[in-house]
Amino acid sequence: MKIGAPKETFPGENRVAMTPVSARDLQKLGHECLIEAGAGANAGFSDADYEAAGVQVFKTAAALWKAADIVAKVRQPDDAELKRLRDGQTLISFFNPAGNEAGLEAARAKGASVIAMEMVPRISRAQKMDALSSMANVAGYRAVIEAGNNFGRFFTGQITAAGKVPPAKVLIVGAGVAGLAAIGTSTSLGAVTYAFDVRPEVAEQVESMGAEFVYLDFEEEQQDGAATGGYASVSSPEFREAQLAKFRELAPEMDIVITTALIPNREAPELWTEDMVAAMKPGSVIVDLAAEKGGNCKLTVKDEKIVTDNGVTIIGYTDFPSRMATQSSNLYATNIRHMLTDLTPDKDGVVVHDMDDDVIRGATVTHAGEITYPPPPPKVQAIAARPQEKPKELTPEEKRAREVAAFKAQTRNQVTLLGIGGALVLAMGLIAPASFMQHFIVFVLAVFIGFQVIWNVSHSLHTPLMAVTNAISSIIILGALMQVGSSSVLITILAALGIFMAAINIFGGFLVTRRMLAMFQKS
Amino acid sequence: MDFGFTIAAYAVAGVLFILSLGGLSGQESAKRAVWYGIAGMAIAVLATLIGPGSGLWLMSLVLIAGGAAIGYQLATRVQMTQMPELVAIMHSLVGLAAVFVGFNAHVEIGRVASIFAGEGLPFPQPDGPLSTEAYALLGTLSNFAELIGKKTAVEIGILRVELVLGVWIGAVTFTGSVVAYGKLSGNSSLLPVKIDTAARQLPGGHLLNAAAAAGSALLLVLYLSGSGTWALVLLTLLGLFIGYHLIMGIGGADMPVVVSMLNSYSGWAAAAIGFSLGNDLLIVVGALVGSSGAILSYIMCKAMNRSFISVILGGFGGASGPAMAVEGEQIAIEADGVAYALDEADSVIIVPGYGMAVAQAQQSVSELTRKLRAKGKEVRFAIHPVAGRLPGHMNVLLAEAKVPYDIVMEMDEINADFPDTDVVIVIGSNDIVNPAAQEDPNSPIAGMPVLEVWKAKQVFVSKRGQGTGYSGIENPLFYKDNTRMFYGDAKQSLDKLLTLID
Repeated sequence: MKIGAPKETFPGENRVAMTPVSARDLQKLGHECLIEAGAGANAGFSDADYEAAGVQVFKTAAALWKAADIVAKVRQPDDAELKRLRDGQTLISFFNPAGNEAGLEAARAKGASVIAMEMVPRISRAQKMDALSSMANVAGYRAVIEAGNNFGRFFTGQITAAGKVPPAKVLIVGAGVAGLAAIGTSTSLGAVTYAFDVRPEVAEQVESMGAEFVYLDFEEEQQDGAATGGYASVSSPEFREAQLAKFRELAPEMDIVITTALIPNREAPELWTEDMVAAMKPGSVIVDLAAEKGGNCKLTVKDEKIVTDNGVTIIGYTDFPSRMATQSSNLYATNIRHMLTDLTPDKDGVVVHDMDDDVIRGATVTHAGEITYPPPPPKVQAIAARPQEKPKELTPEEKRAREVAAFKAQTRNQVTLLGIGGALVLAMGLIAPASFMQHFIVFVLAVFIGFQVIWNVSHSLHTPLMAVTNAISSIIILGALMQVGSSSVLITILAALGIFMAAINIFGGFLVTRRMLAMFQKS
Repeated sequence: MDFGFTIAAYAVAGVLFILSLGGLSGQESAKRAVWYGIAGMAIAVLATLIGPGSGLWLMSLVLIAGGAAIGYQLATRVQMTQMPELVAIMHSLVGLAAVFVGFNAHVEIGRVASIFAGEGLPFPQPDGPLSTEAYALLGTLSNFAELIGKKTAVEIGILRVELVLGVWIGAVTFTGSVVAYGKLSGNSSLLPVKIDTAARQLPGGHLLNAAAAAGSALLLVLYLSGSGTWALVLLTLLGLFIGYHLIMGIGGADMPVVVSMLNSYSGWAAAAIGFSLGNDLLIVVGALVGSSGAILSYIMCKAMNRSFISVILGGFGGASGPAMAVEGEQIAIEADGVAYALDEADSVIIVPGYGMAVAQAQQSVSELTRKLRAKGKEVRFAIHPVAGRLPGHMNVLLAEAKVPYDIVMEMDEINADFPDTDVVIVIGSNDIVNPAAQEDPNSPIAGMPVLEVWKAKQVFVSKRGQGTGYSGIENPLFYKDNTRMFYGDAKQSLDKLLTLID
């Protein structure tokens, strides 16, 4: 198959969907690669680079669109590009299917298949082609850099001969991919970083990046983010109020605020109100990554940088990834390459558009003359954070019943054992003489006491117990002592040996036990 | 001194011994409990020395003093890691003493019989009151001989059964303990022949043991029917053989059970001798020790999910199918990686095993604990009931290294906490943290309760090499994604780690 990447037509767009590196990998899959002349120029890839990588360079977009079986793009195609689509051709690009019905219809009418990169489902297997995440990562990084560019102080605190510099305080609202990337960049530059998100389960991720999570004093059953495909959802008015109150409290202290709060297919929620902006110190910077969807701050002007009356800079750029075109293109081209790897299962240059595959089905918005958007819900849950099942609480009656049953079983056991034991002792009494039975009673009672006492010995003291019983078992010395006075020499010698060995045991055993016990201490 | 006084002293001693064992229920009361035991023993020995029937008490005292000197040396010199060996070898002394005392009783019976025969009087005594001649003769005999002289035929028969039991159990205890000592001490054994820990038996296996036991029973019958000394000697030899062969057939991993079982035997031997001597204190204490050892063995077996019989007969029960194949690889990590993870962690659980004892690493473990606790981290120890080679072995080692006992937890107390734990360090344990016990129904250790360390966020296993544990089975824990292998001698590894944590 021939895979072509045209030059982006959108004004100011510097990225390109294919790089020399990704082209080499695509060729390994058995594909041929085509590129429009000058497509990679703004991202730092010259035509010569592409040619060196074995890519065929086409002079015009029209020629490329004609030659390519699969067209890979970054931005949503414009009308002219949609017209160039033809039957059987596949377009891989951002497509915004939710707000682009005309585009969908046009593609369908042409009989082309469209794979929309923003529709890649958020499951582990598809992470390698999740272009939203890779672009958000770049945006988060760039947001901090832009903020620093417009901020008049250091990020990190320093004590120098020329005076003390306090560290910058950065608040990041929304801990999605962009937010986390911003947190990482900000902390590594040395700023004191705070972060907030409506999903409390991300607090751990935030803290793992080195930022402090801003908790609200708010009691509400939070919706589990995992149920909505890992994205934030709309929160209740009470929650919003609590959130705004917290931000109002933080606003005067913050030097840099980066808002990244987006809810899929909705206008961005207003989180940073005008009075908060007014409360901020002059020289502070706000970067609104949600500017494209109206902004988290209402003062934000899309694609522009403004300075408010009180000296707060608000940056509303929407082209952060494009501002780092080389990096973004590399990442995006890799996403595209992974998508094509999945589309070329046999690595033989033949594309198999498998509509039973969760990832491919999810991302495909038109196929075989039909609009296939929206896709059915993915079979695999987004994030594996299953709510923990609590062990079932027993009702008092059940508990009671269980206790009674246990008690009965225990009683039955005991009675059986006692019965057997008693019968044995009685049977013995029938044949054995009384002098033996006197001792035997003592024996039985002692065994019984032993059983009763030892069960209570704590586990950690088992070794001392062993040492003590070892020492005590040398009570055999009594037997030897009683015999040593015999008039028989043999008996005396054997008894003397017995005394000697038992004595070793008595002293050794008790001393070792004392040594062990002396070591146990409380903290 | 009067016989009544001795009996009274025995009663006091018996109560003290019971208190001594009962006091071991807590660390604090245990310190007091040992003194009860010591006092009980002192009273018992003194009362016997000054009581009727004993003679040569000066020599007895000298012998006791000699034994005391050796016992003192042993107890103060021994390393805490060698505690299992010491306990095992001391059991053998009790066993041997029981054999000697039993033989003495046998000799005494023969002697009394010959005295009576010399005077032309009947022995054993016929039923009914003693004849005056016999009574006069008894007055000239020593205490124990007098006791025997009074006995009727049935009573002499019972006496013989008792002394055979005492001698036989004593003999089993003796060789069994010596073999257990050899297995436990390994290369540092003082025996002329080194015994490795593997379970091995002579051809014939348990049949041989059964044959020896049957032979013993036959000899008992022969001995009772008056066949003389050779039967008793042969019985003793068979007992010695059974002790040797039985324990040789049990693998090193089951040694905790073996040691407590031998402890139990030594008690039963003492009780049997007590019967033959008619001494109640011997019976009481023997029964106490015997039952305590039996319960300990039972607790150990339960902790390993094994039946007592299968431990005693040696080897694991046959698996019902092929064991699950382990996939993946063991990933090694260096000290700085572990140090970094510990630095990040809030809660740490350390799982020590026999490897810690072998490497003498308890001091380093204690130092690590101290440093981590000083940094405000929660450090706890998880002790499996059969960790080490003796019940409670790990507790003693940690106590020696001054690890506070209130952070040392039992398996049941801590098993539920692993999922909330950041880092688990496994030091020289293997089978007790083997997930196969829960995951693989065909594993030889299936069903054995284990510490669920793999549920923690990260597990570091300090281990000498890639070998398997005592039971010789593969451990899937080492292949888990959250497990890193920290290879090397436990002590050296920990010392390296300590320099990286400040």
